[in-house]
Amino acid sequence: MCRLALKTANDPFSPYEVLEAMEAMKEGYDGSGLGLLLRGMEFEDFKYNPRFPILSGIAESKKAWKRLDRFMEDRGYELKYDHKFHTDRSHMDGKDRYRYFLRAYRMPEEFQGKPMGDKDKEDELMETRLALRQDGEKHGGDLSVFSFWPDVAMIKEVGWPLQVGNLLSLHDGQIKSRVCMAQGRQNTNYGINLYACHPFFVQGISTMTNGENTAFVPIRDWLLGQPFKGYMGYQSDSEVFTHILHYTLKQLNLPLQAYKHIITPLSLKELDAHPQGDFLKGLRNVCKRLIIDGPNAVIGTLPDETCLLVMDQKKLRPATVGGRQGAWAIASEMCGVDAMIPDRDPSLDFQPMREHTVIIPPARKELEIWSQYDQFPLSLAA
Amino acid sequence: MVPIRSVPIEPGSLTYHDLPWIIEHREDRCTLCGQCTSVCPKECLHLTYRRQRLPNLEVLSSKRGSEYRTFVGIRQRTDMVHSCIGCGMCAMVCPNEAISPVPNTVENRTLFLNNQKGEAYKRGGRRNTTGASLLDRIMFDRISMLTDPALDAGRHEFTLSTTIGRILSPEEYLKRIQQGGWIPPTREVFPFVIGSMSFGALSPNMWLGLLQGVAYCNEVLGIPVVMCTGEGGCPPWVLKSPYLKYIILQIASGYFGWDEIIRAIPDMQCDPAAIEIKYGQGAKPGDGGLLMWYKVSKLISRLRGVPEGVDLPSPPVHQTLYSIEESVMKMIQTLSMAFDHKVPVYPKISASTSAKSVLNNLVRNPYAGGLLIDGIDGGTGAAYNVSMDATGHPVASNVRECYLDLAAQGMQNEVPIYAAGGVGKNGNVAQNGMALIMLGASAVHIGKYIMQASAGCLGNEQNRCNVCNVGICPKGITSQNPKLYRRLDPDKVAERVAETFMAIQTDVKKIMAPLGRSQSLPVGMSDAIGINDKDAADRLQIKYVC
Repeated sequence: MCRLALKTANDPFSPYEVLEAMEAMKEGYDGSGLGLLLRGMEFEDFKYNPRFPILSGIAESKKAWKRLDRFMEDRGYELKYDHKFHTDRSHMDGKDRYRYFLRAYRMPEEFQGKPMGDKDKEDELMETRLALRQDGEKHGGDLSVFSFWPDVAMIKEVGWPLQVGNLLSLHDGQIKSRVCMAQGRQNTNYGINLYACHPFFVQGISTMTNGENTAFVPIRDWLLGQPFKGYMGYQSDSEVFTHILHYTLKQLNLPLQAYKHIITPLSLKELDAHPQGDFLKGLRNVCKRLIIDGPNAVIGTLPDETCLLVMDQKKLRPATVGGRQGAWAIASEMCGVDAMIPDRDPSLDFQPMREHTVIIPPARKELEIWSQYDQFPLSLAA
Repeated sequence: MVPIRSVPIEPGSLTYHDLPWIIEHREDRCTLCGQCTSVCPKECLHLTYRRQRLPNLEVLSSKRGSEYRTFVGIRQRTDMVHSCIGCGMCAMVCPNEAISPVPNTVENRTLFLNNQKGEAYKRGGRRNTTGASLLDRIMFDRISMLTDPALDAGRHEFTLSTTIGRILSPEEYLKRIQQGGWIPPTREVFPFVIGSMSFGALSPNMWLGLLQGVAYCNEVLGIPVVMCTGEGGCPPWVLKSPYLKYIILQIASGYFGWDEIIRAIPDMQCDPAAIEIKYGQGAKPGDGGLLMWYKVSKLISRLRGVPEGVDLPSPPVHQTLYSIEESVMKMIQTLSMAFDHKVPVYPKISASTSAKSVLNNLVRNPYAGGLLIDGIDGGTGAAYNVSMDATGHPVASNVRECYLDLAAQGMQNEVPIYAAGGVGKNGNVAQNGMALIMLGASAVHIGKYIMQASAGCLGNEQNRCNVCNVGICPKGITSQNPKLYRRLDPDKVAERVAETFMAIQTDVKKIMAPLGRSQSLPVGMSDAIGINDKDAADRLQIKYVC
C-alpha cells in the first residue's frame, strides 16, 4: 500500500515539508518510486510568470538534452527559465541521470493571445509533452517528460522520498509552491518505471492513489479507444483515475461532484431514493465502464488549485484531511497530516466515508464535504 | 451351411452389440414387475419367453443329456425405431436394480443406418463432443493479494447485474438529456439469462415451472433473472400478466405466436424485458427453427396459429430480409416502435466468421440493443445431426473478437454482446459464464444447462437420450404428450430454478471476490484469466499459463 501526502497553503512552502511527512509514514512504501507535483510555483532566482508553461522531466544524456532543446525551439517555444537543481549525486543510488529539468517556456506566437482554457492551447501543450515522451521512448527511454503546463512542476524518481529530496536539494528553498502532492510507491503488480510513479498528469489535472484498481484493464481498454490522445501510458493501474477525472471535467463538462458518481456510483436501490435518481441512474449506466474497483483513496488537484479526496466504494483504504484556514493537508495516515500541519485542531480532522468527496476550494478557507446522497449541483439533472 | 434365405437377416439388421446402448438385465434380480417396459420412451424393452439348457452333470449315473427350463425374460429390440437411447429411465424405475443401459464402447453401427426412409438423422441436444470444453479450461488467475486484499464473498455487497439494451456514449447521453432526446431503454438483469426455448419445444409444465422459478427469483430472492420465450410465442395469460417483465419475447423467421403477441399489446400490464430477433442459432446455423409434427399438439397449434400434427420448419432467413441493412431498417426499428421504443430489441445470430460485420452494422443502428452470439455448442430441441455436429463456430473467440473490435472504437458495451452455446456443458455453469464475461460478454444465455439442472434432462454429449425432437422426452420436459409431461411437477421445477440461480449467484461472487471485484460485473477483465493452451491464449489475447 502506497503513502500519500498533499499540502495546500496560501503561502508557498518547500516540497521538502511534504517529503518529511512522507518520512513519517515510511512503513508504507518500498522506495520503488516517488512522485511530486507542485502547483502555484515560486522560484527563488526567477520571478515566474504563471502564464509560462513549465516542462518537467529527466534527460538521461547530453544527446537527449540537445534533442529536447532543438525540438522545443523548432516548435516555436522560447526558453524563459531553466531551473537548475543543486544535485547531490551521492544520493543517486547507482543511476546516472544527466539532468533533472524544470523549464519555463513562452508559448509559440499563435497561442500567446489565447487564455488558458482554450482548447487548442491546451491540446498543444499536451501534444508537445506526448511528442517529447514518444521521442524519449523511441531513443531507448533517454528522455522522460512528466508534465508541461503553466504553474505546474513534477519530479519523479525511483528511490526513498528523503533520498530524492536530498538528491535534488529540495530543502534549499529554491522552489516553493502553494500546492504540493507526493506519493511513495509500494510496487505491486506493475513494473518499476518512472512513468509508473504517481501523481499522474493530464492537461492540468492530477491525481495519486494508494491502492489497486482491479477494474483497470476494462477501463484502460475503453480509454484507449477514445479519440483523445492524452489517454495513454498506463504503466500503472492508477493512471486511469486521473484520466477519468479529466474525462468527467473536460470531456463531459460535468462538475467535480460527478467524479464520485462515475467511479463509484450509488446502487440502483439508493438511486431510487435520490432526488436526481433518474439522471444519475442514466449516468451510472452510460459510465458503467468507468466504475473502479478495489481499495483506493484518490487525492487530486485541479488547475485552479482545488484539491480533492475520494474513497473507493468499500473504503478499504484510509485517508485523513485536516488543517486550518489557509493551510490544509490530506494524507493516507494521520501522522502525515500531523507532520504537515502540526498547528491545527486535530479533533476537526475528517476521514471521508465511501459517499464523500472532500473538496478544498482554492480560497482554502474551509473544507467542503460533499456526499453522493446530496442534491447533485447540475441543472440538467433536475 | 444353412442356406442364407432361411436366416432372417436384412441389410439393415442389427444385433444388440451394434447399438450405442446395451441393456444389461439381471435375471436373478428381476421380479417381472413391468415398470421398465412401460416407462421406456422408445419401447425398446420387451418381455419374451426364453429357453435355458440345464446340462445333466451326474457323473456316476449313466443318464446323459440336458434338461430345459422356460422363463420370461426382458430383452432389447434391435431395430432402428426401437433402439435404446440410453436414457436410463428403466434403471430409474426398477425397484430392484435389475436393469440399466450401458454405453457400447466397441462400436455403434446405427450411425450407418440412422437415415431410415431417406430421412437424414435429426435429433435434439448438443454437438456430441465430450471432454473439457475450452471454457472449462479457463482459469481465474489474477488473485488479489497483499495490497488489494481479496473480498469476502459471503459478507461484502456485490453488484452482479448487467444491462440489456443500447448504452449511449456518456457524451451522447448528456446531449440528449439537455435536448430532451430519446434515451434507449435498458434493463438491469442477472447476467445468466435463461435462453430461448420455445413453448412447443418445451412442455407446458416445464414452461410453467421455469416461469414460476423466474418469478420467485425476482420477487422473493431478489435475483433479477429473465427468460426468453424462443420462437413459439407466449401464452396469452402470461402476456397480460405482470410476469411479462421477466420475459424476453423472441421473434424468429416463422413468426409463430406473434399474432397473439401483437393483439395482446393493448392489454399488457407491463413491458417485456426485451425483444430478441433470431437470425441464427448456434446449434444449427443457417437453418431455421424446427418443431416436428409429433409435438404440434392442439394447444401448440392454437398458440402458433397452425394446423395440428404438421412439421413446422421455420425458414433459414426472415422473408422480409434481403440484406443486413434491411434487417436493421425494418425489423429492429419496427419492433422497437411496436413497444413505443420502451423495450430493448436485440438480434441473435449464430457464431460465425461474419459476426463482426453484423456487429459493426448494429453499431450504426441506434435502435439495436445488443448482439447475442450463439456458439456451436448450443443446444436445440430439433435439428439435423450434421448441422449440430459440424456446422458453426465456437463462441469464445467470436465474442472476444467482437469485444476487441468495439474496444478499438472506444465503444465496448455500448452494443452489449451476449454469449451463448455450451455454457455449463459439463456442469461448470458459473465458471463458463464468467470466463465468457471476462472475454467481453455482458451476459450469457443458458438453455440446456437449465433443463438439466432444473428438470433433470437426461441428454448428454454421448448422445444419451437426445430425442427432444420427437416428443417422447422421458422426463416430460420437451414433450407435448400429457402422459409424459404429467411426470414433471412445475412446482418442483420452479424450486430447482430458484436453487440453481441461488447457487450461480454464490459461485459468481466466489469468482469475483478473489479478483477484488465487487462494484460491477468484470466484463472484459481479460487480465484475470489464463489458459494452459498457447494457441488458444494467443487467439483470445489472454495469458498462457502452465
